[in-house]
Amino acid sequence: MSSYGETGVLAPEDLEKILPREERSRRGPVAILECIEKIPCDPCAYACRVGAIRKRSLVDPPEVDYDKCTGCGECIAICPGLAIFVVDLKSKGNEALLMIPYEFLPKPKSGEIYEALNREGEPVGNARIIAAREMEGRTTVLTVAVKKDLAMVVRNIGRRMR
Amino acid sequence: MHESLDLRLWRHPILDFERGKPVGIYLNGERIVAYEGETIAAALYASGVKVYSRTVKYRRPRGFFCGIGKCSSCLMRVDGMPHVRTCITPVKNDMKIEYEKDLGETPATSEMNVEEEEIETDILVVGGGPAGLSAAITAANLGANVVIVDENPEPGGQLTKQSHKFFGSKENYASIRGTEIAKILLRDLQTANVDWLVNASAIGYYEGKKHHLAVVQNNQRLIEIDAERLIVATGARENMLAFPNNDLPGIYGAGGVQTVMNVYGVKPGNDALIVGAGNVGLIVGYQLIQAGVNVRMVVEATPKIGGYHVHAAKIRRLGVPILTRHTITAAEGDGHVETATVARLDESWQPVKSTEQGIHVDLVCLAVGLTPSSELLFQAGCEQAYVPELGGQVAIHNEDLETTLDGVYVAGDVSAIEEASTAMMEGRIAGANVAMDLGKKTSVAEETKVKSLKDLEALRASAFSEKVQKGKKKVWNLWREKN
Repeated sequence: MSSYGETGVLAPEDLEKILPREERSRRGPVAILECIEKIPCDPCAYACRVGAIRKRSLVDPPEVDYDKCTGCGECIAICPGLAIFVVDLKSKGNEALLMIPYEFLPKPKSGEIYEALNREGEPVGNARIIAAREMEGRTTVLTVAVKKDLAMVVRNIGRRMR
Repeated sequence: MHESLDLRLWRHPILDFERGKPVGIYLNGERIVAYEGETIAAALYASGVKVYSRTVKYRRPRGFFCGIGKCSSCLMRVDGMPHVRTCITPVKNDMKIEYEKDLGETPATSEMNVEEEEIETDILVVGGGPAGLSAAITAANLGANVVIVDENPEPGGQLTKQSHKFFGSKENYASIRGTEIAKILLRDLQTANVDWLVNASAIGYYEGKKHHLAVVQNNQRLIEIDAERLIVATGARENMLAFPNNDLPGIYGAGGVQTVMNVYGVKPGNDALIVGAGNVGLIVGYQLIQAGVNVRMVVEATPKIGGYHVHAAKIRRLGVPILTRHTITAAEGDGHVETATVARLDESWQPVKSTEQGIHVDLVCLAVGLTPSSELLFQAGCEQAYVPELGGQVAIHNEDLETTLDGVYVAGDVSAIEEASTAMMEGRIAGANVAMDLGKKTSVAEETKVKSLKDLEALRASAFSEKVQKGKKKVWNLWREKN
């Protein structure tokens, strides 16, 4: 067992099991399902239009077929655990695009810069808002740009930078 | 209390608070603005009132605690009526609210204007939460006459404050917020043609033709209900934790805080400590941040986070520390909590003095478990057992949710501390069983039962349900021994 059950933060060995290979992430957007526990829950599997998410049973953690996943992000706001993110490392520049669920006020607007927070809520850099889309059930899906080396680290935004 | 203070949330990322027209209420003669649809306690809290009562002997101040009419912290005198539960009593224009003097005085009978009524029905459901509503809807749709009573101003139980999206299967409300599920159930209740009474407390089980209950509505209407079958879905009450000054205003049950914050849209505090990292503590932590409260930390006495780790991850990435093997050891404050002391626990669960730290908070949410509200069942004469896996003293029942008293059923948290999704399934099972028991043995009834049992089993397949399953097997065996 990793330290996840004591900290609430996925440990490196947990991430190793769920993250796609780097070459896949470089090919274009892909969903990262940070859901490794047995939870009786299945909406993600129904949300996926290309059938890339599979639940062997209601409680088994979801499995992602990264070759099928298009990184569309339809599963993000559907996930009751807010545990799904989309990472896009395709751009030639130094920036990666991240899609994250967000449920706080004020609602970020495109062009604004926020602190980029890691899984422990610590600021690790900046996040530029590319888009903020309110989805069904009032969860907003933010598309933010962060430095490429932070793509698998950043999972939230913090204070707005001036 | 300040003339201009208004702690209401007028904007929220997820919830819309529908407030009625403004009315004036009077606390010891001082006018306070309230909104129709609010409870007295919520309206007072919104204007900055933190003390609702004082203990009889030492006159210690008491805040609200549970917010759902189950503790007695918020009893006040309202329009001359003593001991009114202000947390479940709606405001009315010109209402006069006073602090209780000593033990309170009974009003003269002539002032009480009591009305009486008698009702006969096939099925009486006590408690309009997820279990009770599901039971009532299921049984009514199968052709039974159903009356449901609930002591809150609105049916829905704890669903009405669950602003997060639910886990579960897609066909059973998964990814829908609890607040929205409550609305769906309410619509189903209306189309199912169930008679429902709100602000109505079942106060006792009496001798009668069959199952005879006394119900008091709006503190002035006595309704005697005689039912062929009784379904008790009274839910649970929040547990207290023992530590010095645990009764200071500002220290509330986590569910009580949810009620004030998510049902009535009142900001419960500025800086919060959460005690308990089960699902309730973790979810309330997230919801407090949505309401603009600074959550300082979550402490959890056991070595592991008890709730789903994705809920923990949500508040961790907001920067909230979760300290396992830590607990609250004391609270301090002048009439209201100002400081909470937390400390690490050693291997034998004793606080380590050198690790004590005081944190400045004006809100402490206790999320340390629940206890089934079984009183009515025990008073009716159902046999009981202490089953720690189910949350304490419960009525012995079988897989069909029938107790040892013929025709009396249970569903939801009163039968085992679990969650709203399983409560809804148990409600459907109880509702179908009772309907069939009354002769509505249709294929639809049978299908509903079989399907709900299957869904319940699927929900209980997670590691979190192991404890409940063990406890359920215990009570089922006890039931077989008794019958």
